[in-house]
Amino acid sequence: MERQIYKRILKDRLFKGIIILLSFLTTLPLFLILFHLIKNGISSLNLEFLFNLPKPVGEKGGGIANAILGTFILILISSFLSIPIGISVGIYLSENKDKKLSRIASLVVDILQGIPSIVLGIIAYLWIVKPMGHFSAFSGGIALAIMMLPVIIKSTEETLKLVPESLKEAGLSLGAPYYKIVLFVILPSGLSGIITGVLLGVSRIAGETAPLLFTAFGNPYMNLNIFKPIESLPHLIYNYAKSPFSEWHQKAWSASFILILIVFTLNILSKLVVKRWKVRF
Amino acid sequence: MESEILRIENLNAYYFENHVLKDINLKIPKNKVTAIMGPSGCGKTTLIRCINRLHELSPGARVSGKIFLQEENIFDMEPMMVRKKIGMVFQKPNPFPTMSIYNNVLSGYHLNGIKLSKYEEERIVEETLKKVGLWNEVKDSLHKRGTFLSGGQQQRLCIARAIALYPEILLMDEPTSALDPISAAKIEELILNLKENYTVVIVTHNLQQASRISDYTAFLLLGELIEFDKTEKIFTVPSDPRTENYLLGKFG
Repeated sequence: MERQIYKRILKDRLFKGIIILLSFLTTLPLFLILFHLIKNGISSLNLEFLFNLPKPVGEKGGGIANAILGTFILILISSFLSIPIGISVGIYLSENKDKKLSRIASLVVDILQGIPSIVLGIIAYLWIVKPMGHFSAFSGGIALAIMMLPVIIKSTEETLKLVPESLKEAGLSLGAPYYKIVLFVILPSGLSGIITGVLLGVSRIAGETAPLLFTAFGNPYMNLNIFKPIESLPHLIYNYAKSPFSEWHQKAWSASFILILIVFTLNILSKLVVKRWKVRF
Repeated sequence: MESEILRIENLNAYYFENHVLKDINLKIPKNKVTAIMGPSGCGKTTLIRCINRLHELSPGARVSGKIFLQEENIFDMEPMMVRKKIGMVFQKPNPFPTMSIYNNVLSGYHLNGIKLSKYEEERIVEETLKKVGLWNEVKDSLHKRGTFLSGGQQQRLCIARAIALYPEILLMDEPTSALDPISAAKIEELILNLKENYTVVIVTHNLQQASRISDYTAFLLLGELIEFDKTEKIFTVPSDPRTENYLLGKFG
């Protein structure tokens, strides 16, 4: 009898140990990546690197200011396009669960999420770049917006589904029109989830290279015109990393470090938003 | 019978194939508390949700018959208009979680786009919170969120939100069933005070509660209105044996 219990306790401990070990192992790659990036990237990281334009190979110094700014411009364009559409679709899906259109839309969103990003880049090339006749930040923004859309739609839908029906009923029983209940009762109650979705959507596209290859194209100079080609961090890393110059490899590491930093910040920000603005029902 | 404010004529309600309410005829007297009681699933909640047309939210719901609010059939009115005149308090307290106590009380005005002066707003907030006995407890935290209140306080806030619009009828769907006995007692006391200015229709399956606070009682069983009379009479000399059996605890 007693031996059996000891056996059980032993199994219990073993089980717990395995779980802890595996959880620890999953965190390992992230730390290794960070270690590697810091080790290789930190040496050429300085203010000049952040605020200067790239210099030709062979010349010392130079930075990636155009790529950092370009990434932010691309994020702005795609957010501007995908946030209003994404939130609207999310509201529709959560409010009309059983309609035929919402079932179709939901399926489409799921499929959209699975489309490889390179395909989106080619599509944006066909739709925007070809008719316009040249590469542009705008076309890159559209490709990224399509990538971001499902993330925002899904998170909006899921958050709004958690808003209790009783709040909607309370609003209706006051004689309020439906649109005001959505805007002033339901949306604010789900705001933290929606903002989190947007931030995660942004961090998803911030590191995308493939959709930008045939759209934003890249640009070694500073450009603020969204109808002209623009540089971005992931594209610059791609370019520098495949070049034969070791000083460019060095810069690719530093740029990667900055890109990771941006994504990391967005993720932490989204955690803070959930913590602070979470609505208790 | 005193002057009536609401008259229900041949009301039938269905959820898909389910016949939930069968030929209900009922006259709700003005400035009185009318209790609707009956065992679970008898259609009490459906009945009061029909009165402010909230049943329309449920898929598959349909009704036939008429409900007259002062000679006007509510099924011919705009639902928004009906609901502005007939307020509702729900089973579980549901203050708007993102709004302050102050804005919760005024939410009926804000959500309907009615502009009020600052003075007017403050008057309504103070007056209604005093009516529901919440003023002294919250007057220093009016601009905090309503969800930090206790369950009983939240329910009184919800009553305040409903009566701030001065509705002609206040519907209450088991408003004390989610509360502790002390908070429930406070709400009951409040309901008795409310009938000076409002007509209250309350759903309850707590018999003692019905006998304590209502002037009239309707007894529903399996979607049929078995009996409707003065509460006193229903609880002492019910005319239908089924009512008597229910009151004696033989079923329900």
